[in-house]
Amino acid sequence: MNFEMTDDRRMLADSLSKLLGDRYGIEHRTSVAYDPPFHDIEGWKSLAELGILYAFVSEDSGGMGGGGFDLLAVFEQLGAALCPEPLLGAAMAAPLLAEAGEELEPLLSGEAIYALAVDEPEAPWDAEGGATEGGDTLTGRKTAVYGGNAATHFLVSARREGKLALYEVKAEDAAVTPWGMIDGGGAAELMLDGTAARCLLPDAGPAIERALDGGRLALCAEAVGAMDWCYATTLNYLKSRKQFGREIGKFQALQHRMVEMKTAIEQARSITIAAADRMDWRSVAMAKSLVGRVARKVSEESIQLHGGIGMTWEYPLSHYAKRLVMLDAQLGDADFHTARVTATYA
Amino acid sequence: MDLSYSPQEQAFQAEVRQFLADELPEDIAARVKAGGEVSKEDTERWHAILQSRGWLAQTWPEEHGGPGWGPVERHIFDEEAARAYAPRILPFGLQMLGPVLIKFGSDAQKAHYLPRILDGTDWWCQGYSEPGAGSDLASLKTKAVRDGDEYVVNGQKTWTTLGQHADWIFCLVRTDGSGKPQEGISFLLIDMKTPGIEVRPIRLIEGGHEVNEVFFTDVRVPAENLVWKENDGWTVAKYLLTHERTGIAGVGFSIAAFERVKALASRTVRGGKRLIDDPLFAARLAEVEMDLEAMKIFNLRMLAEAQRVGHPGVETSMLKIRGTEVRQALNDLYRRALGPAAAVMPGGAPSGNAAVLVPEDEGAAASYFNNRKISIFGGSNEIQKNILTKAMLEL
Repeated sequence: MNFEMTDDRRMLADSLSKLLGDRYGIEHRTSVAYDPPFHDIEGWKSLAELGILYAFVSEDSGGMGGGGFDLLAVFEQLGAALCPEPLLGAAMAAPLLAEAGEELEPLLSGEAIYALAVDEPEAPWDAEGGATEGGDTLTGRKTAVYGGNAATHFLVSARREGKLALYEVKAEDAAVTPWGMIDGGGAAELMLDGTAARCLLPDAGPAIERALDGGRLALCAEAVGAMDWCYATTLNYLKSRKQFGREIGKFQALQHRMVEMKTAIEQARSITIAAADRMDWRSVAMAKSLVGRVARKVSEESIQLHGGIGMTWEYPLSHYAKRLVMLDAQLGDADFHTARVTATYA
Repeated sequence: MDLSYSPQEQAFQAEVRQFLADELPEDIAARVKAGGEVSKEDTERWHAILQSRGWLAQTWPEEHGGPGWGPVERHIFDEEAARAYAPRILPFGLQMLGPVLIKFGSDAQKAHYLPRILDGTDWWCQGYSEPGAGSDLASLKTKAVRDGDEYVVNGQKTWTTLGQHADWIFCLVRTDGSGKPQEGISFLLIDMKTPGIEVRPIRLIEGGHEVNEVFFTDVRVPAENLVWKENDGWTVAKYLLTHERTGIAGVGFSIAAFERVKALASRTVRGGKRLIDDPLFAARLAEVEMDLEAMKIFNLRMLAEAQRVGHPGVETSMLKIRGTEVRQALNDLYRRALGPAAAVMPGGAPSGNAAVLVPEDEGAAASYFNNRKISIFGGSNEIQKNILTKAMLEL
């Protein structure tokens, strides 16, 4: 039993943390995250130069990672810095390209930016339920494609000969409508109408589910990083803000809420570690559900414990708080994953 | 990271499982599973079985008769024992007084009392709480006045668990009232057969007799029964509380309870379908399962840390809070899954409760009510939050 990160992952996390500190100070982050193109292409390049993307696949596929704990090491740091770069898409696309035997170097080097397009307006979080039709071309619509604002390539799920297939679409071949998100960073709507596409995997259902599970774990880790930041910031605030002649942290009503917040965060961290260790769908679903609930609690409590200042655009906490609420809606929210867990009781 | 037990730990786990399968009496396990009170005889039988294996005094060093286990071995035993429905090891002599004597007792005290705890000669109870000193333990008033070679004790203790069976009681008493409340407290060992001691039962919410009031009227205690220094008993009491904090999450109990709720909901029909297929019930159960899964890993993280630094950290208070919440939630789900028949009082049907519920379900409501205690005793969850506020948040 050992809960320390390996030296390699520790070094990766440390150098990533340093780079994010240098390049994504909160003012810079806010200035790039809310205006087109909703990220910083120079920052993306420096992340790629650091080799972060190589953490998303194993050595067999030309990477240096590919495990649950690699995702944990990277996304916890991204969450702590509230990084708006489209790394989630790369983390999900990389194993899919590897499975299809595709050339990975463009993705791993950061030259190509990939986004995974699964959600549809009528069927969010449900790859099997999508209506997009595939043949030699693709027709349909994909919604809320994270990182679609920046993507050069899309991996798209579609029905083909009764099976769920995976296609690659070049951004220049599709009608892409980028949009900015309330918590920063961007997404896109993808309109497909006889759009040129290349089928990578004709029977991709299980591979797509595995990729989505990797993404779900990444979101859990991102939440843990952001929650740690909110906890530390709120605690500092309780120690410095004075009302009624003393620090507000002297009031027991607030102290107990802080302890509850910390306990919930440690539970979230623990179940994320369990999911990273096992990487089976049920463990990931349990983690995503619990983390989704805790993240919203931490968000709402951090704002409340701050009072009015926590509501302001200028105060960094507000942006973390938004991220923590909205990431629950990515790749299946708490209720969605709870329902998946209960299905196994039957 | 590596979340699995080492090969040695896995072998130990298998050894514990085998031991429980071979040695835990079936009749005792059945009574524990039914959630009723565990009798003195059952506890003593189980203690003797553990002692014959050398596994009774789990927190004691080997030189005093302990098994030489670390925190991980203790956790493995706790988890396996709970899942097998073994009775809990009575903590007062073995987990509380024993470590205190080993740390603070005189050589004569160790030589006299420790073997008698191990072989079951003495049944100990704890004299801490008083009517006016619960969470605020340091405000205790039971007085001990030195008179020659004796202390004369007057006052009252309460919530004395299983004091009706006890041969001895270890007490916090006030030997000096002039300074701060924490100063002037002493740790005294008192023979329950001494004249002037009266034990009165307190009947608890579910009807059981588990706790007592103990009254002291001019009780004369030999001065040699003082542990550690006069007026420095608070140091002893604090040390004991850190020992109380290990195994605090009750993960094993909750794993067993979760499996029972799931099994019950799978054979119970509600509105034409199995209760487990009811989305509302299943969602409640799933949320508890997730909390429990997280707590298992949280507990292992704390164990790894305790192993590394040599003692449990203050963070384990978070496990006490969440652990008791999870156990209470499972008690609640079990009781609710039984529906109206859960209302039967243990032994409440003159013709026998088998007419109402199978024996293993009979104690469901009683356990639910009785286990409201777990977020109150051992430092209430609110006290745990105060401890965490000071030590972890530094507020």
